[in-house]
Amino acid sequence: MSSATYAGADVEVDAEGFLTDPGQWNEQIAAEIAAQAGIEQLTDRHWQVVRFMRDRYLSTGSAPSIRTLGKASGVPIKELYELFPKGPAKLAAKIGGIPKPRGCI
Amino acid sequence: MSTQQQATTGQGTPPEPISKVSIIVSKGSLEGIYPALIMGNGARMEGIEANLFFTFFGLDAINAAKHEHVKVATVGNPGLHLATWAGGVPGISALVTHRLAAEMEKLDIPPIPEFVEMIADSGAGIYACKASVDLFSLSREDFIPQVEDIITVGEFYGLAAGGQIIFT
Repeated sequence: MSSATYAGADVEVDAEGFLTDPGQWNEQIAAEIAAQAGIEQLTDRHWQVVRFMRDRYLSTGSAPSIRTLGKASGVPIKELYELFPKGPAKLAAKIGGIPKPRGCI
Repeated sequence: MSTQQQATTGQGTPPEPISKVSIIVSKGSLEGIYPALIMGNGARMEGIEANLFFTFFGLDAINAAKHEHVKVATVGNPGLHLATWAGGVPGISALVTHRLAAEMEKLDIPPIPEFVEMIADSGAGIYACKASVDLFSLSREDFIPQVEDIITVGEFYGLAAGGQIIFT
């Protein structure tokens, strides 16, 4: 565990840069993590996915699978991969300030 | 020379991440098909480019008439810890498959037809092996629409260029 500075705030992150305390997150941090991952502008569709991931994690204690993400977030699988080419679940979790999803699906 | 190279690598230059995989699916049983689908889907989830090449009985996973009816092999499958004679009892394969499918649903693992569609939607290429398609007298119409093409082994190697090949 180490710390990183996003949008002027010091936050605790794991070795891959995922926030370890979702409480330290805010929208400016999200935008900066997204930019570092190659997403210059977070659109409403990006936000829809990021918020869904974050809300699910905060209410259930685990991040949803890519199947659930495709079915319940309102953004279908094809579009998920267009929005987050480097892996929708992983990247949306990182941008949403929650730990890296551990599921295989 | 080679020792020196090894020493340099050993000193902590991290290995190149995998950027592309081509997965061959050759088995037609449930337990033969799922690992390949999980690896293919998992590759895309990590942003890794993926192609799936279905050959021999693996074709059942993309055969529109058969992909809903893929079953666990209960005969000659020591992993089930069933008496050999019990594996052959009529209906046992359907029963074991049904039980396993229910467990998978709990883990949010989709049934094979939905899983293949999901993988295709994630941008992975789905291909059928020409030799097997010819062998079983099949044609394009027998397959699900997600199948991009029926290709030869040579074309498969062309597609797999620059990546890792995984045979299942």
